[in-house]
Amino acid sequence: MSATDKPLLSVRDLKKHFPIKGGILGRTQAMVQAVDGVSFDVRAGETLGIVGESGCGKSTTAKLLIGLVDRDEGDIDLGGKSLGRDISLRALRRDIQMVFQDSYASLNPRMTILDSIAFGARVQGLDDPAGRARRLMARVGLDPDRFAGRYPHELSGGQRQRINIARALVMSPKVVVLDEAVSALDKSVEAQVLNLLSDLRAEFGLTYIFISHDLNVVRYISDRILVMYLGEVVELAPVDMIWAEQAHPYTRSLFSAMPSMDPDNRTQKPPLTGDPPNPIDPPPGCRFHTRCAFAADICKTRHPALGPMVAGSPHWVACHLHDPASGHPRAGQGVPA
Amino acid sequence: MVQVTTNIPAVPPAQRGYWSGVLSRLRRDPVSMICAGVLALLILSAVFAPWLGLADPYQGSMIKRLAAPGTPGHLLGTDEQGRDMLSRLIHGGRLTLFIGLMPVVLAFFIGGTLGIIAGYVGGITNTIIMRVVDVFFAFPSVLLAIAISGALGAGVLNSLVSLTIVFVPPVTRVAEAVTSGVRSLDYIDAARASGANALTVIRVHVIGNVLSPIFVYATSLTSVCMILAAGLSFLGIGVRPPEPEWGLMLNTLRSAIYVNPWLAALPGVMIFATSLCLNLLSDGLRSAMNVRD
Repeated sequence: MSATDKPLLSVRDLKKHFPIKGGILGRTQAMVQAVDGVSFDVRAGETLGIVGESGCGKSTTAKLLIGLVDRDEGDIDLGGKSLGRDISLRALRRDIQMVFQDSYASLNPRMTILDSIAFGARVQGLDDPAGRARRLMARVGLDPDRFAGRYPHELSGGQRQRINIARALVMSPKVVVLDEAVSALDKSVEAQVLNLLSDLRAEFGLTYIFISHDLNVVRYISDRILVMYLGEVVELAPVDMIWAEQAHPYTRSLFSAMPSMDPDNRTQKPPLTGDPPNPIDPPPGCRFHTRCAFAADICKTRHPALGPMVAGSPHWVACHLHDPASGHPRAGQGVPA
Repeated sequence: MVQVTTNIPAVPPAQRGYWSGVLSRLRRDPVSMICAGVLALLILSAVFAPWLGLADPYQGSMIKRLAAPGTPGHLLGTDEQGRDMLSRLIHGGRLTLFIGLMPVVLAFFIGGTLGIIAGYVGGITNTIIMRVVDVFFAFPSVLLAIAISGALGAGVLNSLVSLTIVFVPPVTRVAEAVTSGVRSLDYIDAARASGANALTVIRVHVIGNVLSPIFVYATSLTSVCMILAAGLSFLGIGVRPPEPEWGLMLNTLRSAIYVNPWLAALPGVMIFATSLCLNLLSDGLRSAMNVRD
């Protein structure tokens, strides 16, 4: 990323370790390393997709970004302003909003749709909260005259998720974090909501952080993809490049786990065996070495750093295979086919 | 996005408030309405007892002791000192309902506040509040009420205080459990993410969603409270004779159970009817407060 192309959102070395308390005195017994040193930049108008299997820290990263979970370490900069130093959490929350996965649990069951959407604008003291809410309702495809006074249980899942999107937009944020926002919807509704999200991005100049486990959905909406494994970033690349070449063995197995549309091209052997290691006590060295087919001795001791595959390339990976100086027997050769 | 336009006239949007909706749903429930009617009758007759032209509830007669219900001049008979039962039951409602309801109302506000704070804030605040509450659970409620009342001395006000202390811990515990359940839902996170402070989130999003279970639980405590108050009166650390009070009357009339069982049962019938109506009404209210049905 060049100096002139300043990122809108910049995250550096974000860490969150959750304590596990136990014993009679409730002392900390262990730490779950949910997010461990995550760094990335997002440019204005860009969509960054975050993928990874369950428990890899995707959602914790999202909650750290809007301050629903307090970070232990790391910096979050929005438009060159550092959270905590230059801008308050309250101000940040006006610029970063979130859409949750569970469309029903994320709406207050005793509040009308209009009030739910307008709540944020009221809290932040913006002018005409009800008018904003009604305009956004119309924009996401729900007639305000018919739906404003209704309650969440009277709506379908797709309609509720539109309401959640409208709610996230009511404060005119710059960044919207979509945490599995379409995962709970059925396919046809999912497609409609994805199209709506694309339209809104263009119309309001939004920047998305799109978290999902569905690679096809991520490919459709994202410009770049970030792959997480056990609280760390293992690969970060533009969509086309990562689709052409998955540089990290984990990314490769993640992609090969996608069901094929071609009946002649069935996945024969499981791409990855075993469960991810316990994040309470992650393995030393590369966190993926316990499940990696190409693990060498160096992988068990030295932690690979995230860096460009080739100098200057936007395709970043954290794997000894790509670092000629790493000491891996196949260093610099890339992932074997 | 395809905008579907229809010619169906839009349903008039439900712009009325939440509570008027609850009331209209409650009005359609016959059981609740009957119970509300009985309770209203009891409360009104208790409040206006001195102006109803009843016999003097303190004036006894040694000749007419334990007259059976239906005796001329004494519709519901007389008690062990020959005092008119009807008058004493209606006058007794004043004190009984007061000590039966007030501690629960107070406990509802105090315990509800403590429980919501503990459940929402969590962490060390939760630990402090809930462990203090646990101390009170170490004692059976009857024993606790007797101990506090005994320490404070007899009197209506002191039994009010002791019963409130007895009922704050269970209400707190229910409020805490319900609140921490609601606290983990996404709409609370969404509200926090919009930049609202804790007080606003609690006021707008938490209270409405935790109030009905706490309220329903509290109404179920009123019958227990009336019986505990009666127990205190019996031990001489609550209401003192000759004040008419249902619990006290039940206890003083217990010796008449072999002579005139109907008479002895009357104060109990009043307590039973009141608590039954309260419980049924609270059930009705719970379903009326549930928007989803």
